[in-house]
Amino acid sequence: MLDLSQYESLGAALNAGVERWPDEVCLIEADREQERCRLTYRQFRDEAYRIAAGLEENGFAAGDRAAILMSNQSKWLISAYAIFYCGGVLVPLDYKLSAAEHVALAAHSKASVLIVEYPIWRALSQMDLSATQLQTVLVTEAPANAEVGRAIRWEEFRGEKKAEFRTRQRQDPACIVYSSGTGGRPKGCVLTHDNYLEQCAAVTPLWPFWPGARYLSIIPTNHAIDFMGGFIMPFTGGGTVVHLRTLRPEYIREAFTRYKITYMAVVPLILKNLERGLRERFAALPAAKRRVLNALVRMNRAATRRRPRLWLSRMLLKDIHAAFGGELRALLVGGAFTEPKTLEFFHDLGIQIANGYGCTEACTAITVNDMRPFCPDTLGKPVAGMQVRILNAGADGVGEVAVRSKTVMSHYLDDPELTAETIVDGWLMTGDLGKIDASGHLQLLGRKKNMIVTAEGKNIYPEDIENVFEGLPLKEFCVFAANYLWPQRSMTGEQLVLVARVDPSQNPNGAMRSELEKCNQRLVPYKRISGYILWDEDFPRTASLKIKRNVLAEQIGRQVDRSAVQTL
Amino acid sequence: MKTLEQTTEEILRLAAQHFKIPREELAPGDDFYKKLKIDSLRALELITRLENHFGIELPDYEVQGVTDFRTLASRIQSRL
Repeated sequence: MLDLSQYESLGAALNAGVERWPDEVCLIEADREQERCRLTYRQFRDEAYRIAAGLEENGFAAGDRAAILMSNQSKWLISAYAIFYCGGVLVPLDYKLSAAEHVALAAHSKASVLIVEYPIWRALSQMDLSATQLQTVLVTEAPANAEVGRAIRWEEFRGEKKAEFRTRQRQDPACIVYSSGTGGRPKGCVLTHDNYLEQCAAVTPLWPFWPGARYLSIIPTNHAIDFMGGFIMPFTGGGTVVHLRTLRPEYIREAFTRYKITYMAVVPLILKNLERGLRERFAALPAAKRRVLNALVRMNRAATRRRPRLWLSRMLLKDIHAAFGGELRALLVGGAFTEPKTLEFFHDLGIQIANGYGCTEACTAITVNDMRPFCPDTLGKPVAGMQVRILNAGADGVGEVAVRSKTVMSHYLDDPELTAETIVDGWLMTGDLGKIDASGHLQLLGRKKNMIVTAEGKNIYPEDIENVFEGLPLKEFCVFAANYLWPQRSMTGEQLVLVARVDPSQNPNGAMRSELEKCNQRLVPYKRISGYILWDEDFPRTASLKIKRNVLAEQIGRQVDRSAVQTL
Repeated sequence: MKTLEQTTEEILRLAAQHFKIPREELAPGDDFYKKLKIDSLRALELITRLENHFGIELPDYEVQGVTDFRTLASRIQSRL
């Protein structure tokens, strides 16, 4: 591992990694069962230099912004490296958003460069891009006979002169990462080089990388966990990142054994899918074998309650660990709440699930469970350099989680008001409710803010989706997280509810319902409302006619309960 | 060559079989996430099953954002 304290920027640290391990494999890219390419650090660097030279020749200057919009692949990391080499600011966009959302975020970020994969560009190039400031568009993997419009093909992009490394300072922006806000108020977190280098230094003692260590990258790389675990950490440790061009569970399972994976980051949805598959396999075993397995699992559970003993777990439960490739050290899970019984299931098998708590605003990880001992109903202890406080704690010790650290973002892009509300006297107000137990572990018990997090780790703010319901014959409407209206101490099964003020002459349960359903279907499944309630009072408003959401929520919570929700 | 209607019918039949739901409960315009009560990973399982049945490969990006059987059928049909 490199000593990151000596580097002023991500670009400098990544350069040093490339120079230190030139002949080690840094990237393996497979498409289902076919390996497409394998690059050493030296080969990776040469390809990135070509892109960097092209960027500089096209006027990309230090401090300029470049967006990457593609699924996980080697070109994602090559592009990111090239952008940092040029001193640019990276804007990693979620490839799963719609074309309209991509345009909105590209415009908000004021990115002048877009590096995009062909299937996404095909849709994007049909949109009106006049609101963006895009000057250079690079498209990857466009078929030879495809029309690419104003874009330049990746393989043709180069510069006449060698790219020049541009230095940056630790406090300069490195990335603008959107934590949400494509429909309402985009929340572009401006994260600095210092944020990333400090975060990397804090977490690599927990999950070190070395030449030969392999990370399987399946969570989108714009997500904080994969950006850190599947790029910065391996590349500053000489490790290898494996990209599969698919999320099919059967190919992921195969990749574990084929590539002898050391780490993989997952969201709770994927973990539950793995759990389901394993439970089905165990249930299908002959009774005698199942009894033996259960006995070995009990032995492993007892032996690893205080701390992991990987060598013992691998010995006792050889076949299970062999199915994961035999070299797996940990599955890193975050982005959303993981049920304790799922964590227990894997822990009993000796497969370490490093669960934790974090948010984009704090770079990546705030707390992490180090398994010493195993505490499945907590989110672990603060990582090195992180201070965590509980504000306005009630008698039960539960209050808002606040965080202070060198990893906390600089600000929200172009939103000083929201920044001032979110970072107060140097403390990041997370909007999450929790408490710290006697052993210093954090437990999360609800949300103060009006939003939900899906099992795939997607943050959904009601303002993001309200515009899809505009135009309906409603006097007024508002979307809320159900737990915001009716607080409960649970972080799972979060749902969105639309509150509608209708004209008494309308037929709310006939035409209105079907109109709501039609609008709802226009949203991707994870953004949909689960139901609606009808409200017969005018919404409270400010002098400038903005809805006073917190007042309305309090009124609703007082007057009706969840049974009033009409499910769609 | 199969028509789009035939392809759609086969998809509905296979989905009903895979997720153990009566075939008559499914219609081409249905949102398969909602009707089959599945998440995105289980949807990918279904798509793999359909790939094997039709003898095609459907890259992940082709099914990105697809939520109803009819649209899924048209993506499959274009590769037959």
